[in-house]
Amino acid sequence: MKVPVTEYLEIDLERELWLCRRCGHEVGPARQAYKEGLLVYARDPAEIHKPILDPALYEFTFAPDGKWISILEYYCPDCGVMMETEYLPIGHPPLNDMQFDLDALKAQWSGREPLTEAELAGPDPVGMSQHHHSHKQKHEHGGR
Amino acid sequence: MGKVEKPGQAVREQALIDQFLADNVLFLGPDPEIMHEHDIAPIAELEREAMRRESDPAVLALIRDRLQAGANEAFEMLEQMGAAPGAKWGDLITGVYTASGDLAVSSAGGVLIFASLVHHPVKFINKYWTTDTSVGVRPGDAFIHNDARYGNIHNTDQSMMLPIFHDGRLVAWAGATVHEGENGAIEPGGMPSLAEQVYEEGLKMSPFKIVENYELKKDLVTFLQNSVREPKLQYEDLKVKLFVCRRIEERVKSAIEEFGLDAVVSALRGGLEDTKKEVSRRVSAWPDGTVRSMIIADGTLRENCLIKINLALTKKGDELIFDFRGSSPEFANRANNTLLSSLKGMLCQLFLVFVWPDLPRNQAVFAPIRVITDDKSALHSSYTTPNAQSMMTFFPAFTAGQQAVAKFLYGCPEKFTKVIAPWHNMIHTFIYGGITQHGEMVGNLCADLNGMGGGAHADRDGEHAVAPIFAPMADLGEQEMNEEEVPFIQIVSKKLMKDNQAFGKYRGGQGYEMIASSLGSPLWGFMCSCIGSKIPSTPGLFGGYSSPTYPLCKIKGADVFEVWKTEPQKFEFSIPRLMNERPFKGASYTSHHSGLQFEIANRGDLYMITQGSGGGYGDVLERDPELVIRDLEEELISHETARDIYRVVYNPETLLLDRAATEAARAAERKARKARGLPYKAFLKQWATEEPPPHLPYYGSWGEDRSTIYAGPFAGVPRARMNAAAIQPVYMPNPKDVKIAELERRIQMLERGASV
Ligand SMILES: [Zn+2]
Repeated sequence: MKVPVTEYLEIDLERELWLCRRCGHEVGPARQAYKEGLLVYARDPAEIHKPILDPALYEFTFAPDGKWISILEYYCPDCGVMMETEYLPIGHPPLNDMQFDLDALKAQWSGREPLTEAELAGPDPVGMSQHHHSHKQKHEHGGR
Repeated sequence: MGKVEKPGQAVREQALIDQFLADNVLFLGPDPEIMHEHDIAPIAELEREAMRRESDPAVLALIRDRLQAGANEAFEMLEQMGAAPGAKWGDLITGVYTASGDLAVSSAGGVLIFASLVHHPVKFINKYWTTDTSVGVRPGDAFIHNDARYGNIHNTDQSMMLPIFHDGRLVAWAGATVHEGENGAIEPGGMPSLAEQVYEEGLKMSPFKIVENYELKKDLVTFLQNSVREPKLQYEDLKVKLFVCRRIEERVKSAIEEFGLDAVVSALRGGLEDTKKEVSRRVSAWPDGTVRSMIIADGTLRENCLIKINLALTKKGDELIFDFRGSSPEFANRANNTLLSSLKGMLCQLFLVFVWPDLPRNQAVFAPIRVITDDKSALHSSYTTPNAQSMMTFFPAFTAGQQAVAKFLYGCPEKFTKVIAPWHNMIHTFIYGGITQHGEMVGNLCADLNGMGGGAHADRDGEHAVAPIFAPMADLGEQEMNEEEVPFIQIVSKKLMKDNQAFGKYRGGQGYEMIASSLGSPLWGFMCSCIGSKIPSTPGLFGGYSSPTYPLCKIKGADVFEVWKTEPQKFEFSIPRLMNERPFKGASYTSHHSGLQFEIANRGDLYMITQGSGGGYGDVLERDPELVIRDLEEELISHETARDIYRVVYNPETLLLDRAATEAARAAERKARKARGLPYKAFLKQWATEEPPPHLPYYGSWGEDRSTIYAGPFAGVPRARMNAAAIQPVYMPNPKDVKIAELERRIQMLERGASV
């Protein structure tokens, strides 16, 4: 079973691997940080958040200060999808942001079926939804 | 020493000492036992009996709905009758508490942070004033409170609490809390950022009795009126809150009459217990593990610096633990400190609004969740540190939580909302003070803080300027109505600024531009209180980018109302054009961080700010090119953004999309990423440092080690390193002294003939 964890990452429970959800690339062992298997690029934040006010005239321009932070962009080494962005003070080690308990995950998913894209995105709040929960979900949660 | 003691004597002496101390308490400060507990109270005998006698779920549900309708009705009344601008746009909450003081039913709308905060003062009253012969709690009494140290967000919010009796027995409490604004602080409007001590933050009301026999005590009301800049508002809203509490009392009493006391008590307690159980059940469905997140708050509102908010969110079984250790130390003389109870209130709101909006509105939603902090950190500040601008640290803490929760939720089959990127988290608005066109002194704020951009969803864009981070439903109010009461106009209002967008596969909801100018007042001024001018306050999710950063812009010395008479063509309804083209001769054009302390604004001076964008979701190269074209059509983005960020190819004249060329451009960019990206380990070697680089004024832990806390360097004060278990509060120099020192240095150099 492959369990999606983010838009771009899933965990292959049997093989205990992080996989790219776009190209299937084996990112690395699921008991380690997924970031270790990715490409990283430290970007000057003003390249993305460009100054709206003229930087020759003003210190504060709507662009972040590249002397204080960089944007760390994480790419899949195979398909090049940008899996994560991390805004960090210059030199700050990246966070090990997701450490899931694989054994607990296996136990939890032993009775579950894979989720659809719509189920991954989540429902509209109760009372606003045009759709009903799938039969599968109803069954699983005792027809809540 | 050397004295022979008989057994028993020591025990008797200790008992005497204990009794003496209990009878002679010098000062009833905030009770740590009450303030550190956010779980529901232990079940009372009355409740146990009631639940045994009445447990029919149909009856209990009926009563809960009845009380919910009562709370909503009271909310409506308060919103319609309240005089505070905050009341008019829904910055308030009403509710029913159990006799022990747990908030069991709160109004569906309004500021849900209060939902797990305003129970503390009720518990204080129960513990200390009920048995105190000089105070007492009797039918017809009501109490008032605003001091965050006894349970609140900050002291601009005032709560009234009214005990409800049945057959002479306390059976519940009614409560109403409103963001009143003015509170007599060092700056007008109730949220001073200039305050360097708690004593400069204005009225600090510990819970006290202000109503007897359902009547406001005039002597106390007069004292309160003398303590604030808006005496009429203070009086009017006390009356309104009392009236609203009485309506809630009426609803509770009529429910008791119809269903019996047991049923009502059982419904209140049962609702709390059911909610707590349901939260644990829902948490169980999340994956076990730890998700980490950090946000840098880029200032104190007086100066820019890097204030770390550090979160490790751990879920195991049905337990959920927010661990904020390693965050910045508290600031001894800045108002951006958060009390632990306020932090919990904000986190509770995360679940009530963004994760489980279907759950009953009560404090049990947060009961099973634990919070760990370092003592004397910016998220667990001490009694003596100012806290009027606690939002500047607890909003980023919320955002860290929102980002972390999304990583647990995405793959979880049981969800009750969409997965979203962080909501914009800063209150871009004008706080104002001065003399109105009607000759009255006021101090308050504009509702525009409610226009925060929504975070991008996992399957669609975020909504523009939709709602504040702290309330699911709130209004912006009518600007035209404001202008009848206060002497300034919004020359530009609700105009979306191009490229003020968090980019992503789905973009964040954008915020709008505001240009304000005073008119018709002998004395008027503005304040602003946001961070996020150098480092974005609101990150994206799963590869989405953050919001931009936001400056405060000013044009002073050119009366715009005169410009309109003589050269109206020179005016542009756009911050970038006014600031970049500088059309008015002789005026000063400046941009700043958006922590503005109260400043006199002359007629026709322009104060300009922008509402913030919610975070973006996903890789920009996956954004549907049609959506990029739509954003171009709606003038939400520039051609540069469409080309350089989203890599979309189209005819700039007709906006006709070239799909094949777009695919090729995106494939080229993916290839470029692979060429410029370094393998993680190689990257780490050239990127990571052991300590914060010397040029960063950095506050908090660095990297994985949470035990060493750094502070500084700042303005000549060298960097301090301390143990997280023994944090020393940070003392910041006066920004004016910092500026004077810098100017003196330059004068010295000029006198020596050196170039500066
Ligand atoms: Zn891939």
